[in-house]
Amino acid sequence: MPNRRRALFVLAILLGLAGLSLGAALLAGSVATGPAELLSLLGGEPSLAAEVVLQLRLPRALAGFACGGLLALAGALMQVLLRNPLADPYVLGISGGAGVGALAAILLGLSGLGLDAFAFCGALGALLLVFGLAHGDGSWTQTRLLLTGVIVAAGCGALVALMLSIAPESKLRGMLFWLMGDLSQAGTPWPTLGFLALALLLSLPYARELNLLARGAESAQTLGVAVGRLRGLVYFIAALATAAAVTSAGSIGFIGLVVPHLVRLAIGNDQRLLLPASVLAGGTLLMAADTLARTIIAPEQLPVGVLTALLGVPIFLFLLSRTGGRP
Amino acid sequence: MSPLLTARELVVRIGAQAVCCGLDLSLAAGETLVILGKNGAGKSTLLATLAGLRPPLAGEVLLQQQNYAAHGPRAAARLRGWLGQHRGDPFATTVLETALAGRHPHLGRWQWEGPEDARIARQALLDLGLHGLEERDVQTLSGGERQRLAIATLLTQEAPLMLLDEPLTHLDLNHQIAVLDLLARRTRAGAGLISVLHDPGLAWRYADRVLLIYGDGHTDLGPADALLTPERLQRLYGHPLARVEQDGRVAFIPC
Repeated sequence: MPNRRRALFVLAILLGLAGLSLGAALLAGSVATGPAELLSLLGGEPSLAAEVVLQLRLPRALAGFACGGLLALAGALMQVLLRNPLADPYVLGISGGAGVGALAAILLGLSGLGLDAFAFCGALGALLLVFGLAHGDGSWTQTRLLLTGVIVAAGCGALVALMLSIAPESKLRGMLFWLMGDLSQAGTPWPTLGFLALALLLSLPYARELNLLARGAESAQTLGVAVGRLRGLVYFIAALATAAAVTSAGSIGFIGLVVPHLVRLAIGNDQRLLLPASVLAGGTLLMAADTLARTIIAPEQLPVGVLTALLGVPIFLFLLSRTGGRP
Repeated sequence: MSPLLTARELVVRIGAQAVCCGLDLSLAAGETLVILGKNGAGKSTLLATLAGLRPPLAGEVLLQQQNYAAHGPRAAARLRGWLGQHRGDPFATTVLETALAGRHPHLGRWQWEGPEDARIARQALLDLGLHGLEERDVQTLSGGERQRLAIATLLTQEAPLMLLDEPLTHLDLNHQIAVLDLLARRTRAGAGLISVLHDPGLAWRYADRVLLIYGDGHTDLGPADALLTPERLQRLYGHPLARVEQDGRVAFIPC
């Protein structure tokens, strides 16, 4: 029996875990910082440690949280929209579009804000292309949307491969890191966090309707859901969330597919709890993975996307075997 | 008392095939109508049109004297329930959560299901013989159990008008009669019922009126005992049938 008290309890636990993950992200690194120092830093005395924590680690940790939350939210929404447990934020070609934009920007020698703008425009282009093509005749079948997205993603993949093959040696590493997903390039975290808050606030009022949509469009319609409007809304929220995440950190894999499943295995499929819990779990996991990625072979840094996949696969397989194979 | 559902001059087509041309129909509270016809004649399409899921080619469908657009989906959902043919749950959920979905149109946007909603859902599960399965995963249920769960969800919705597309699919004989008896009790309590069935004998036993759909745009609407004759059914199904009567009940046996 779903009830609000249990939902708040689960969310409080996840919030605690997110706090721990943030604390670890602020403490870990080449400039050693203890918990006591961390507390005194908040007092505001200028020092090297304060500089490192506030200017480097905090923005990066928050960007990681925002991207992880956005990807997990987008994944959960896509899985309901397409009624397909295998759907992830990238299945409809959004990240492919962002990849084309980002690589074009790197080829042109852009970085920072210019790179972000190109990536975001690429994502928007793919979003509108898929929406226009799949929605063209007014029908909204999941198969058509899915196939259109997969084909657009394949086209973007080809363009990405083309740009990689003509790119000069010096730019290849940056391009590959972008494609694998890397938080060291993430700038200020606030726009991404804003996107996350907005996406969650827009989707939460429709959470119970999404429960019905997951069971089938026609039965949802007869239970009082304006299905056409809801699908359009969910598509745009999920697509924009994905666009914001990949713009900030590249296409970090795995989080968007697996976090909603992890959460579903643990607490069930009620979207009222699943959506906020996925945001917290996705953000926590990506923050923790990034902390590992920048410390595990320090001073070298791994792209966090590599680590999310390396860690996520065994965790997911373990949970799957424990529950008898019912994601 | 005003009718629960009215169809006026209804024209429904599937591609080039006519289902009905200018059908006039009204259903009062307490009444049971059964739709019969061959596979592909358009029974489900007509039922979906009556449920407001697809627009008619011409004519109008009125739910308590207002069309679906004027009601809006939420208000309409409190007045009419619909049981479709397809069961699909791509994600694991429990039986109780599935039945509680029927409470959706009665809850506010931020409201969660309360004890009264749980009581209604549990009662519906009990009525359908699914008590004790509340916490089971829907994906582990048999076809017949899923079908009964879908009917329980429909009852949980508590809509006075119920439109059921083949409610007896996957059900054993005992469950077929139990479900039809249960629905008959609901109509005696004031609900209106339109069902698509395959067995003219069950239609004879439970329906006040029947609607025969011949698949060429021609339809017959009238009292069950007057319309359900072997001659007419032979024309409907394209196969000869014999009428057998025992203990005041009627069966139609394919020859």
